[in-house]
Amino acid sequence: MPQRAFLATEPLIRWGWIWDHLEEIRTQTVEHFILTGIAVGIGFAIAMGLSIVALRFRRTYGPVTWVTGVLYTIPSLALFAFLVPYTGLSTLTAEIGLVSYTLLILVRNIVAGIDGVSPAVREAAVGMGYGRARLFLEIELPLALPVIVAGLRIATVTVVGLVTVTSIIGQGGLGLFILDGLRRDFYTPLIVGSVLSVALAVVIDVALAGLEWLLSPWSRARTAG
Amino acid sequence: MDLLADVLAWFTDPDNWQGSAGIPNRTLEHMRLSALATAVAAAVAVPSGVLLGHSGRGGLIAVAVVNIGRAIPSFAIIALALPFSIRAGLGIGFWPTFLALVLLALPPIFTNSFTAVRSVGAEVVEAARGMGMREREVLFGIELPLGGPLILTGIRVAAVQVVATATLGALVGWGGLGRYIIDGFSVQDNVRVFAGALLVAALAILTDVVFGVMERILFAAAGLRGRRAPARMEHPA
Amino acid sequence: MSEARIRLDHVTKRYPGASTAAVEDLVMEMPAGRVTALVGPSGCGKTTILKMINRIIEPTSGRIEVGGRDIQELDPHALRRGIGYVIQQVGLFPHRTVDENIATVPKLLGWDRRRTERRIEELIEVVGLEPEMRDRYPAELSGGQQQRVGVARALAADPPVLLMDEPFAAVDPIVRVRLQEELRSLQAQLQKTIVFVTHDIDEAIKLGDQVAILDVGGVLRQYASPEEVLRQPANAFVEEFLGKERGLRRLSLIAVRDVPLEDGPVVPSDAGPAEAREVMAREGVNWVAVVRDGQLRGWVWESELEPGRKMGDLAVRPFLVRVTADNTLREALDAIVTSHNQVAVVYDGDRYAGMLTLNRISENLVP
Repeated sequence: MPQRAFLATEPLIRWGWIWDHLEEIRTQTVEHFILTGIAVGIGFAIAMGLSIVALRFRRTYGPVTWVTGVLYTIPSLALFAFLVPYTGLSTLTAEIGLVSYTLLILVRNIVAGIDGVSPAVREAAVGMGYGRARLFLEIELPLALPVIVAGLRIATVTVVGLVTVTSIIGQGGLGLFILDGLRRDFYTPLIVGSVLSVALAVVIDVALAGLEWLLSPWSRARTAG
Repeated sequence: MDLLADVLAWFTDPDNWQGSAGIPNRTLEHMRLSALATAVAAAVAVPSGVLLGHSGRGGLIAVAVVNIGRAIPSFAIIALALPFSIRAGLGIGFWPTFLALVLLALPPIFTNSFTAVRSVGAEVVEAARGMGMREREVLFGIELPLGGPLILTGIRVAAVQVVATATLGALVGWGGLGRYIIDGFSVQDNVRVFAGALLVAALAILTDVVFGVMERILFAAAGLRGRRAPARMEHPA
Repeated sequence: MSEARIRLDHVTKRYPGASTAAVEDLVMEMPAGRVTALVGPSGCGKTTILKMINRIIEPTSGRIEVGGRDIQELDPHALRRGIGYVIQQVGLFPHRTVDENIATVPKLLGWDRRRTERRIEELIEVVGLEPEMRDRYPAELSGGQQQRVGVARALAADPPVLLMDEPFAAVDPIVRVRLQEELRSLQAQLQKTIVFVTHDIDEAIKLGDQVAILDVGGVLRQYASPEEVLRQPANAFVEEFLGKERGLRRLSLIAVRDVPLEDGPVVPSDAGPAEAREVMAREGVNWVAVVRDGQLRGWVWESELEPGRKMGDLAVRPFLVRVTADNTLREALDAIVTSHNQVAVVYDGDRYAGMLTLNRISENLVP
């Protein structure tokens, strides 16, 4: 555990360390990014499946939300701790935990997005002869995209934060630096890890906002007088 | 299974219920700090959020606060709190954990308080003002009662987050239920890790449920039955 | 499907838990190539009936035939692709351009791109849109333009049947009149079987070849041509639904050209005051109109006649309101009521064709 006297004199950042460890910092940032990407990707796929079921069988929405809600409420460290005895100190453990956190927000937003499609549009589409599947893929999903991407943004930023915790169960990412700093009473990696994880979250958030903008040209079009 | 049997044994071992490392002590420690941090954050965020919402301005600030709050990982906040706490002469353990938790709790409470007041229909407020109600009366007589449930939601979200993040306090020298998990990891005591996880998960869920019940009562009292509970602020630990 | 007649055979729709049926045992035939207007108070089931034709609502019992085929035998999606459907809020797909919206059903049917492109060009012209609008998104269009796109979209695959559910209710009155007139001329060209639901009796009379007046529960109170409904309302319900201006409404169904015109009190410009007085006495009025070379120059009051001066030399008052052969008697009546001399002057192009008086108009009202 950290020694009080030592820490009081330790400088906040030792630039030399950063310089020496650039390669490792780069590696862990990439690792962090990859862990996030996998979690959000799988989470989205599962959430989409759950949402389709919930939209088709309305009564399942409550239970689905309840289960994903409980998963969301369980502190991340605890969730990882539950998994470790069964799946070990592995990437699988980390990913299972991370995916669980994305489910609630993604299911909520996918369902809300689809529900938000104007009834007139749906009626016109059905009246013109759209079958269920094509209606979903060509009409409802594209129109729900803004809300869905908003959910993706939130989920992704959340996961970026959680990946830092996976360092405690031996995974990679920027959390390693934070943990390292805490264990060795060394501020520099602690600060580097923290700042970079925030920066990564912000960058991804902005990028996804841009994606949202790109994907919905119709909402950019201005209304006629 | 083996592990679960051992965990059960751990819970029934009377030694684990005694002393500073015992379940009651750690649990209380955890709850106390969580409650304190949430209360302090609420004391700051509710008035400021409500006042800003009442003034009708500052929508951008509220959005920015949420986004920033979301982007900063809780682990990072606790870790960063350490050097600053030490520099300020506050040492390790309680203070960095406490400060970090307060910071974490501020955004959801602030934003929800802001939105709560803002979302009281403009027509209602206008009617009130038109009837000659003074600003203070509008605030306390209309906006707070109608917005109360949403403010409580913000506090709930914050409280759950705080309880969850407090587990990481063990990494900066504090106690609480996270101790079981962290210490358990370092000595590879799977039983302790699992037991600690169970305790902390239970506490988090309990907090959510208790607040949820309070919210529902308040929602009904405000005659807002049927109004859907708003989306939570997303920021687990 | 050229014979696109629609038949409803003892059709009933009952919603679970409702005490009365939305539509009770309806028997009705909508002729091919004609506009059938369904009109009635809310709750009369007119929209329900419409939606049963394309199976958006399924009938509880009874049989519906479109073009001789029982619609229950068809796959509902295939059925709908063969029927145009226009609703009040239009429901244009916000994420697709005008072009893409119109191309919807052709795409669903698998048309090749060239055929679709040609069809869209045709339709854009037919519904009165400009080609530049094709790449715009619905949010950039006005209400009237959106509804036009909606109609084009419904007509894209050239279905024999068009279902319209209060399509013009959501646009402002000026645009609505334009859209109604455009629909009329469209129909004159295309001759689709159109079922048109409206709550506005004037719209039903204006657009319908047949008007079905429905009472609550889908009960058919009268089903006949607009003229007949107005002339001989079948029962008290219909009478009340038509309201007090029944006579005036009938006038809007008759064109000026269908009515024999009168010469009116007219003198040539080289006539003198004596001749003018004779004409005025004969016609029983105190004013006279002056004509030269087939052109109506204007009119004067009797008191303005000057001895010794020819009619052509007098300062005449112009006829401010003119009516053409295409106008309705109702419009002529409006002209009469707003003029000093209480006639409607009818012009055929620039030539004076005759006059209409109140008498002549009311003659046409008597059954």
